[in-house]
Amino acid sequence: MMAHASTSHTFPDNARAALDDQVLQRALGNLKQGFPVKRAEVVADLPEFEALRDVAKDIKNHTLDHLDAYLEIYEANVVKSGGHVHWARNAEEACEIVMAICRDAGAKTVTKGKSMVAEEIGLNAYLDDRGIDRVETDLGEYIIQLRDEPPSHIIVPAVHVTKEQIGETFRAAHDGLDPERGLSESRDITDEARGQLREKYFAAEVGITGANFLIAESGSSVIVTNEGNGDLTQTLAKVHIVVASLEKLIPTMEDALAVLRLLARSSTGQEFSVYTTVSNGPRRADDLDGPEAYHVVLVDNGRTAMLGTENQDMLRCIRCAACMNHCPVYGAVGGHAYGWVYPGPMGAVLTPSLIGVENSGHLPHASTFCGRCEQVCPMKIPLTKMMRHYRERSYQNGHGGVIGGIALSLWSYFASRPRLYAPISRVVIWGLSILGMGRGAISWLPFATAWTRHRDFPAPQGGTFMAAYRRGDRK
Amino acid sequence: MSAAREQILAGIRQSLGRPALEGEGLDEIKARLANHSCHIIPERVNLDAQGLRELFISKARGVSATVAEIRAMSDIPEAVATYLASENLPARVVQAPSLGGIDWSVTPMMEARTGAAEKTDETSLTTADSGIAETGTLLLSSGSDTPTTLNFVPPTHIVVLRRGHVVASYEDAWDQLRAASVESGQPRVANFITGPSRTGDIEQKIEIGVHGPLRLHILLVGEE
Repeated sequence: MMAHASTSHTFPDNARAALDDQVLQRALGNLKQGFPVKRAEVVADLPEFEALRDVAKDIKNHTLDHLDAYLEIYEANVVKSGGHVHWARNAEEACEIVMAICRDAGAKTVTKGKSMVAEEIGLNAYLDDRGIDRVETDLGEYIIQLRDEPPSHIIVPAVHVTKEQIGETFRAAHDGLDPERGLSESRDITDEARGQLREKYFAAEVGITGANFLIAESGSSVIVTNEGNGDLTQTLAKVHIVVASLEKLIPTMEDALAVLRLLARSSTGQEFSVYTTVSNGPRRADDLDGPEAYHVVLVDNGRTAMLGTENQDMLRCIRCAACMNHCPVYGAVGGHAYGWVYPGPMGAVLTPSLIGVENSGHLPHASTFCGRCEQVCPMKIPLTKMMRHYRERSYQNGHGGVIGGIALSLWSYFASRPRLYAPISRVVIWGLSILGMGRGAISWLPFATAWTRHRDFPAPQGGTFMAAYRRGDRK
Repeated sequence: MSAAREQILAGIRQSLGRPALEGEGLDEIKARLANHSCHIIPERVNLDAQGLRELFISKARGVSATVAEIRAMSDIPEAVATYLASENLPARVVQAPSLGGIDWSVTPMMEARTGAAEKTDETSLTTADSGIAETGTLLLSSGSDTPTTLNFVPPTHIVVLRRGHVVASYEDAWDQLRAASVESGQPRVANFITGPSRTGDIEQKIEIGVHGPLRLHILLVGEE
């Protein structure tokens, strides 16, 4: 049972609505000029970047191939440092474990840092339904919590919301402040959020964070953040709960550092995130602060079944969001259109891996196969190959005919609305229009001229797929 | 042991098509863990001590931290007072017990309290284990005389870093941390800090100072 209702099966309708949403289109425009530009700069500044991608891929592959051994070693080291490890086979078990810890801690207020696996297991609704006053502490998560929306991006969850909308949301949500106060600038909004959340950090009985890495050699959890909310969450609460999926395991700190050199650069285009925090167990006898108890909830929820299959490569993903930041489809329709927790190219592969291709059959088609995602993926996940695999699977499940029909109706819909041919959506409309229009790659060639005419993002290094295709070096 | 744990481990082994590792296979894993071998260290840190300090300072400033160089620990009170005055901040700090030896009597206007951070503290003063030249990053670890809340609660964070503690890479800093904690075990928390807190959550516009500090000021202490 998935805790979140998925609307991935209605992707074409979602996409259509997204393209028609003027406010969303304005918000998405910011993304395109932001992260990809900064990423390109910092990557150019690190000549070792490409070599590090190979190293990181090897580290993760090695870890996944020996995951059982590393998990057991990790668990033993957490226990040695005074922490507790809980194992959850699925979303429901994970939520039950977290709730039981909250209950034991007498928790009324729970602060929570951003965690994609918490979204995946539906933890938010689970806690809310049981009377917990849950407070999201990441600014973006806090904004969408107040707006009662799911995240639309895995690192900037409120990327779909404009400054004006946030101002309105804050004015409606925050009592006892001057109704005439200025909330038009991001500085005003940031300061108000800081003030509102400060009390909550100190009041919380339980603080929940995710983890970017779990380190086997020491039993440490690592969080990587910029705002400092994760650290306040885990330091000031009486109990710290880490919720992490199995594939966050990594053998040593040196291994984590190699991957960390890729993470922030790929993600936000920073050389290093502001805070990289390595945590080990609860407060020590002579510590002046820190949580009294430390729990880790290890979540499987479909990961073990991905091991040893063609989906294993996806378990290398470090959730940096480079793939969606560079994806023309994501850039045009935003994250909500994808209908579940993980949007963009990584979502188009991970979603069918986790909730089944029958529930997400359209997502592998939400691609122009331009290959940009794969080129920027720090972990060298073969995203296009995997999407193609799922595309074939969805045809086998009978999605092909339906999709072909939808593609044609989409095409006619867009063709009759010239306004939608804004530069940002051109590539995507082209991409969507080819949904299901033939299984052989040969049917793409007629679109080659449209591709180059409308392309509005940097060409992949070494030429476009189409150029390579024409040269005949198809693999 | 829980049924979930056993089922997950069995599931992994089934997917990987092999039984639990033992003997040589397990020894290899343990050897890899014990080795701590480094991967690629960026060329940019192949510098002498002076070069590393310069890189550290320029990288730290590049992420909106400020850096002041002073000669001795005894210069800290005046440097702190000068900095707070320049930022129009109250002449009050909460300091880590690790700085208990500072004699504040040279700056009678300054108030200093020692301990963990409280909600209303405005400025903290702490010590870093090391400064990492590669990206202008500080490494601070928790302990009885270095409480973690000082690094995150007050809006202004002043960090004392000894010149000799500037290292090339994260790995160098971590080696030192490991060496220092052989007996006590790894500290409860180790914080890599690269500049003051920031967010891009509102229309991708970078705002400095969100939940963590708005200001990060580094006092680099030591003789030429």
